[in-house]
Amino acid sequence: MHRFADRPAARYIIGFALAVILTAIPFTVVGAGLLTGPPAYAVIAAGAVMQVIVHLVYFLHLDLKSTPVENVFFLGFAAVLIFIMVGGSLWIMTDLHHRMM
Amino acid sequence: MSVSAVLEEEEKKSLEAREFGFWIYLMTDAIIFALLFATYVVLSKNSAAGPTSNELFDLRHTAGETALLLISSLTFGFASIAQRAGNQTHVVRWLIVTLLLGLGFLAMEMVEFQGMIAKGAGPDVSGFLSAFYTLIGTHGLHVAFGCLGIVVMIGQIQVKGLTQPVRSRVFRLGLFWHFLDIVWIGIFSVVYLPGVM
Repeated sequence: MHRFADRPAARYIIGFALAVILTAIPFTVVGAGLLTGPPAYAVIAAGAVMQVIVHLVYFLHLDLKSTPVENVFFLGFAAVLIFIMVGGSLWIMTDLHHRMM
Repeated sequence: MSVSAVLEEEEKKSLEAREFGFWIYLMTDAIIFALLFATYVVLSKNSAAGPTSNELFDLRHTAGETALLLISSLTFGFASIAQRAGNQTHVVRWLIVTLLLGLGFLAMEMVEFQGMIAKGAGPDVSGFLSAFYTLIGTHGLHVAFGCLGIVVMIGQIQVKGLTQPVRSRVFRLGLFWHFLDIVWIGIFSVVYLPGVM
Protein backbone atom coordinates (compact mmCIF):
# COMPACT_ATOMS: atom_id res chain seq x y z
CA MET A 1 0.00 0.00 0.00
CA HIS A 2 1.23 3.47 -0.89
CA ARG A 3 1.71 5.81 2.01
CA PHE A 4 -0.70 8.69 1.38
CA ALA A 5 1.80 11.35 2.50
CA ASP A 6 4.40 10.19 -0.06
CA ARG A 7 2.24 11.06 -3.07
CA PRO A 8 2.93 14.55 -4.48
CA ALA A 9 -0.76 15.52 -4.56
CA ALA A 10 -1.06 14.59 -0.87
CA ARG A 11 1.25 17.41 0.19
CA TYR A 12 -0.96 19.98 -1.53
CA ILE A 13 -4.13 18.44 -0.12
CA ILE A 14 -2.72 18.34 3.43
CA GLY A 15 -1.59 21.96 3.06
CA PHE A 16 -4.99 22.96 1.70
CA ALA A 17 -6.84 21.23 4.55
CA LEU A 18 -4.64 22.92 7.15
CA ALA A 19 -5.14 26.29 5.41
CA VAL A 20 -8.93 25.84 5.41
CA ILE A 21 -8.92 25.02 9.15
CA LEU A 22 -6.61 27.94 9.97
CA THR A 23 -8.91 30.27 7.97
CA ALA A 24 -12.15 28.93 9.41
CA ILE A 25 -11.06 29.41 13.04
CA PRO A 26 -10.48 33.21 12.95
CA PHE A 27 -13.50 33.79 10.66
CA THR A 28 -15.75 31.85 13.04
CA VAL A 29 -14.34 33.52 16.15
CA VAL A 30 -14.86 37.01 14.70
CA GLY A 31 -18.00 36.29 12.64
CA ALA A 32 -19.90 34.67 15.52
CA GLY A 33 -18.50 37.19 18.02
CA LEU A 34 -17.06 34.43 20.23
CA LEU A 35 -14.20 36.68 21.34
CA THR A 36 -13.55 40.41 21.23
CA GLY A 37 -10.62 42.68 21.99
CA PRO A 38 -7.08 41.39 22.58
CA PRO A 39 -8.00 37.64 22.75
CA ALA A 40 -9.64 37.90 19.30
CA TYR A 41 -6.56 39.68 17.90
CA ALA A 42 -4.39 36.95 19.39
CA VAL A 43 -6.43 34.22 17.63
CA ILE A 44 -6.28 36.13 14.31
CA ALA A 45 -2.52 36.70 14.60
CA ALA A 46 -1.78 33.09 15.59
CA GLY A 47 -3.95 31.77 12.73
CA ALA A 48 -2.24 34.06 10.22
CA VAL A 49 1.31 33.19 11.29
CA MET A 50 0.58 29.45 11.27
CA GLN A 51 -1.13 29.66 7.90
CA VAL A 52 1.77 31.58 6.31
CA ILE A 53 4.10 28.82 7.55
CA VAL A 54 1.73 26.15 6.13
CA HIS A 55 1.75 27.93 2.74
CA LEU A 56 5.55 28.28 2.72
CA VAL A 57 6.06 24.61 3.60
CA TYR A 58 3.29 22.87 1.62
CA PHE A 59 2.79 25.17 -1.40
CA LEU A 60 6.18 26.88 -1.86
CA HIS A 61 8.03 23.73 -0.67
CA LEU A 62 10.33 25.71 1.56
CA ASP A 63 12.43 23.62 3.89
CA LEU A 64 15.92 23.97 5.28
CA LYS A 65 17.26 20.85 3.55
CA SER A 66 16.31 21.21 -0.14
CA THR A 67 15.85 24.98 -0.48
CA PRO A 68 19.04 26.73 -1.69
CA VAL A 69 20.67 28.53 1.23
CA GLU A 70 20.63 31.84 -0.72
CA ASN A 71 16.83 31.76 -0.89
CA VAL A 72 16.49 31.16 2.85
CA PHE A 73 19.05 33.93 3.43
CA PHE A 74 17.02 36.40 1.34
CA LEU A 75 13.79 35.39 3.08
CA GLY A 76 15.46 36.13 6.41
CA PHE A 77 16.88 39.43 5.11
CA ALA A 78 13.42 40.51 3.88
CA ALA A 79 11.93 39.52 7.25
CA VAL A 80 14.49 41.70 9.09
CA LEU A 81 13.81 44.66 6.78
CA ILE A 82 10.05 44.24 7.22
CA PHE A 83 10.45 44.00 10.99
CA ILE A 84 12.50 47.21 11.14
CA MET A 85 10.31 49.22 8.74
CA VAL A 86 6.87 48.01 9.85
CA GLY A 87 7.75 47.81 13.54
CA GLY A 88 9.47 51.19 13.41
CA SER A 89 6.56 52.87 11.59
CA LEU A 90 3.99 51.52 14.04
CA TRP A 91 6.14 52.44 17.04
CA ILE A 92 6.65 56.02 15.85
CA MET A 93 3.04 56.53 14.79
CA THR A 94 1.46 55.20 18.00
CA ASP A 95 3.89 57.34 19.99
CA LEU A 96 2.80 60.34 17.91
CA HIS A 97 -0.88 59.54 18.57
CA HIS A 98 -0.21 59.58 22.33
CA ARG A 99 1.53 62.94 22.14
CA MET A 100 -1.31 64.47 20.15
CA MET A 101 -3.96 63.37 22.66
CA MET B 1 31.31 16.21 -22.82
CA SER B 2 29.41 16.73 -26.06
CA VAL B 3 28.37 20.20 -27.20
CA SER B 4 24.67 19.54 -26.57
CA ALA B 5 25.39 18.32 -23.03
CA VAL B 6 27.38 21.50 -22.31
CA LEU B 7 24.57 23.65 -23.71
CA GLU B 8 22.03 21.78 -21.60
CA GLU B 9 24.13 22.32 -18.50
CA GLU B 10 24.44 26.07 -19.28
CA GLU B 11 20.70 26.38 -19.84
CA LYS B 12 20.02 24.69 -16.51
CA LYS B 13 22.35 27.11 -14.71
CA SER B 14 20.75 30.11 -16.41
CA LEU B 15 17.26 28.92 -15.42
CA GLU B 16 18.40 28.40 -11.81
CA ALA B 17 19.74 31.96 -11.78
CA ARG B 18 16.37 33.22 -13.04
CA GLU B 19 14.55 31.31 -10.32
CA PHE B 20 16.80 32.90 -7.71
CA GLY B 21 16.26 36.34 -9.29
CA PHE B 22 12.52 35.80 -9.20
CA TRP B 23 12.76 34.85 -5.53
CA ILE B 24 14.56 38.17 -4.84
CA TYR B 25 11.78 39.99 -6.71
CA LEU B 26 9.18 38.24 -4.51
CA MET B 27 11.03 39.37 -1.37
CA THR B 28 11.02 43.00 -2.58
CA ASP B 29 7.31 42.64 -3.30
CA ALA B 30 6.83 41.31 0.24
CA ILE B 31 8.51 44.48 1.56
CA ILE B 32 6.19 46.71 -0.54
CA PHE B 33 3.13 44.89 0.80
CA ALA B 34 4.45 45.02 4.38
CA LEU B 35 4.77 48.80 4.13
CA LEU B 36 1.26 49.12 2.65
CA PHE B 37 0.04 47.03 5.61
CA ALA B 38 1.84 49.35 8.06
CA THR B 39 0.31 52.38 6.31
CA TYR B 40 -3.13 50.81 6.57
CA VAL B 41 -2.76 49.99 10.27
CA VAL B 42 -1.65 53.55 11.00
CA LEU B 43 -4.55 55.09 9.05
CA SER B 44 -7.28 52.51 9.70
CA LYS B 45 -8.99 54.51 12.47
CA ASN B 46 -8.83 57.83 10.57
CA SER B 47 -12.24 57.66 8.91
CA ALA B 48 -12.70 61.48 8.98
CA ALA B 49 -16.40 61.24 9.98
CA GLY B 50 -16.93 59.08 6.87
CA PRO B 51 -18.03 55.42 6.84
CA THR B 52 -15.98 53.12 9.10
CA SER B 53 -14.69 49.62 8.39
CA ASN B 54 -17.44 48.19 10.60
CA GLU B 55 -20.15 49.61 8.32
CA LEU B 56 -18.45 48.66 5.05
CA PHE B 57 -16.98 45.17 5.40
CA ASP B 58 -18.99 41.99 4.90
CA LEU B 59 -17.24 38.91 6.30
CA ARG B 60 -19.20 36.50 4.10
CA HIS B 61 -17.99 38.31 0.99
CA THR B 62 -14.40 38.18 2.29
CA ALA B 63 -14.79 34.48 3.08
CA GLY B 64 -15.91 33.89 -0.54
CA GLU B 65 -12.86 35.73 -1.92
CA THR B 66 -10.61 33.78 0.46
CA ALA B 67 -12.11 30.47 -0.68
CA LEU B 68 -11.58 31.29 -4.38
CA LEU B 69 -7.93 32.27 -3.83
CA LEU B 70 -7.17 29.31 -1.56
CA ILE B 71 -8.70 26.77 -3.98
CA SER B 72 -6.76 28.41 -6.84
CA SER B 73 -3.52 27.75 -4.93
CA LEU B 74 -4.48 24.07 -4.73
CA THR B 75 -5.34 23.89 -8.45
CA PHE B 76 -2.03 25.57 -9.36
CA GLY B 77 -0.39 22.91 -7.20
CA PHE B 78 -2.13 20.22 -9.29
CA ALA B 79 -0.83 21.96 -12.46
CA SER B 80 2.71 21.77 -10.98
CA ILE B 81 2.25 18.06 -10.26
CA ALA B 82 0.98 17.44 -13.80
CA GLN B 83 4.02 19.34 -15.10
CA ARG B 84 6.40 17.13 -13.13
CA ALA B 85 4.63 14.11 -14.58
CA GLY B 86 5.01 15.65 -18.08
CA ASN B 87 1.27 15.56 -18.74
CA GLN B 88 0.72 18.60 -20.99
CA THR B 89 -3.09 18.28 -21.27
CA HIS B 90 -3.50 18.19 -17.50
CA VAL B 91 -1.17 21.16 -16.97
CA VAL B 92 -3.28 23.27 -19.35
CA ARG B 93 -6.53 22.03 -17.80
CA TRP B 94 -5.47 22.89 -14.23
CA LEU B 95 -4.09 26.27 -15.36
CA ILE B 96 -7.48 27.08 -16.92
CA VAL B 97 -9.27 26.15 -13.67
CA THR B 98 -6.79 28.35 -11.75
CA LEU B 99 -7.37 31.20 -14.20
CA LEU B 100 -11.16 30.97 -13.78
CA LEU B 101 -10.81 31.03 -9.96
CA GLY B 102 -8.48 34.05 -10.22
CA LEU B 103 -10.93 35.88 -12.48
CA GLY B 104 -13.76 35.00 -10.07
CA PHE B 105 -11.73 36.55 -7.25
CA LEU B 106 -11.17 39.72 -9.30
CA ALA B 107 -14.90 39.90 -10.14
CA MET B 108 -15.79 39.66 -6.42
CA GLU B 109 -13.29 42.40 -5.63
CA MET B 110 -14.80 44.65 -8.35
CA VAL B 111 -18.29 44.06 -6.93
CA GLU B 112 -17.03 45.00 -3.46
CA PHE B 113 -15.30 48.18 -4.66
CA GLN B 114 -18.31 49.20 -6.75
CA GLY B 115 -20.70 48.65 -3.83
CA MET B 116 -18.50 50.69 -1.51
CA ILE B 117 -18.13 53.56 -3.99
CA ALA B 118 -21.92 53.52 -4.54
CA LYS B 119 -22.33 53.92 -0.75
CA GLY B 120 -20.12 57.02 -0.86
CA ALA B 121 -16.99 55.25 0.39
CA GLY B 122 -14.54 55.98 -2.42
CA PRO B 123 -10.76 56.25 -1.98
CA ASP B 124 -10.91 60.07 -1.61
CA VAL B 125 -13.21 60.07 1.45
CA SER B 126 -10.73 59.44 4.28
CA GLY B 127 -7.23 58.31 5.15
CA PHE B 128 -8.66 54.91 6.09
CA LEU B 129 -10.27 54.44 2.67
CA SER B 130 -7.20 55.72 0.76
CA ALA B 131 -5.03 53.16 2.55
CA PHE B 132 -7.68 50.44 2.05
CA TYR B 133 -7.98 50.91 -1.72
CA THR B 134 -4.18 51.18 -2.11
CA LEU B 135 -3.49 47.93 -0.25
CA ILE B 136 -6.37 45.84 -1.64
CA GLY B 137 -5.98 47.40 -5.10
CA THR B 138 -2.25 46.58 -5.24
CA HIS B 139 -3.01 42.96 -4.36
CA GLY B 140 -5.83 42.88 -6.96
CA LEU B 141 -3.46 44.28 -9.59
CA HIS B 142 -0.99 41.50 -8.78
CA VAL B 143 -3.74 38.88 -9.18
CA ALA B 144 -4.70 40.48 -12.52
CA PHE B 145 -1.07 40.21 -13.72
CA GLY B 146 -0.99 36.63 -12.45
CA CYS B 147 -4.08 35.87 -14.58
CA LEU B 148 -2.38 37.48 -17.59
CA GLY B 149 0.68 35.33 -16.84
CA ILE B 150 -1.46 32.17 -16.83
CA VAL B 151 -2.97 33.11 -20.23
CA VAL B 152 0.53 33.69 -21.66
CA MET B 153 1.81 30.38 -20.23
CA ILE B 154 -1.16 28.41 -21.60
CA GLY B 155 -0.28 29.90 -25.01
CA GLN B 156 3.41 29.00 -24.64
CA ILE B 157 2.63 25.44 -23.54
CA GLN B 158 0.34 24.97 -26.56
CA VAL B 159 2.89 26.39 -29.03
CA LYS B 160 6.22 25.20 -27.58
CA GLY B 161 5.23 22.22 -25.45
CA LEU B 162 6.67 21.52 -22.01
CA THR B 163 10.26 22.50 -22.85
CA GLN B 164 12.76 23.25 -20.08
CA PRO B 165 12.38 27.09 -20.29
CA VAL B 166 8.57 26.80 -20.35
CA ARG B 167 8.62 24.55 -17.26
CA SER B 168 10.82 27.07 -15.49
CA ARG B 169 8.41 29.90 -16.32
CA VAL B 170 5.40 27.93 -15.08
CA PHE B 171 7.36 27.17 -11.89
CA ARG B 172 8.07 30.89 -11.33
CA LEU B 173 4.44 31.79 -12.07
CA GLY B 174 3.47 29.22 -9.42
CA LEU B 175 5.74 30.92 -6.85
CA PHE B 176 4.05 34.22 -7.72
CA TRP B 177 0.55 32.76 -7.39
CA HIS B 178 1.18 31.06 -4.02
CA PHE B 179 2.85 34.27 -2.80
CA LEU B 180 -0.32 36.26 -3.60
CA ASP B 181 -2.32 33.81 -1.50
CA ILE B 182 0.07 34.47 1.41
CA VAL B 183 -0.44 38.24 1.02
CA TRP B 184 -4.20 37.65 1.08
CA ILE B 185 -3.86 35.87 4.48
CA GLY B 186 -2.34 39.12 5.72
CA ILE B 187 -5.18 41.13 4.19
CA PHE B 188 -8.02 39.24 5.82
CA SER B 189 -6.12 39.08 9.13
CA VAL B 190 -5.14 42.76 9.23
CA VAL B 191 -7.94 44.48 7.27
CA TYR B 192 -11.20 42.53 7.24
CA LEU B 193 -11.31 40.55 10.50
CA PRO B 194 -10.20 43.40 12.82
CA GLY B 195 -12.30 45.76 10.65
CA VAL B 196 -15.62 44.13 11.56
CA MET B 197 -14.84 43.75 15.26
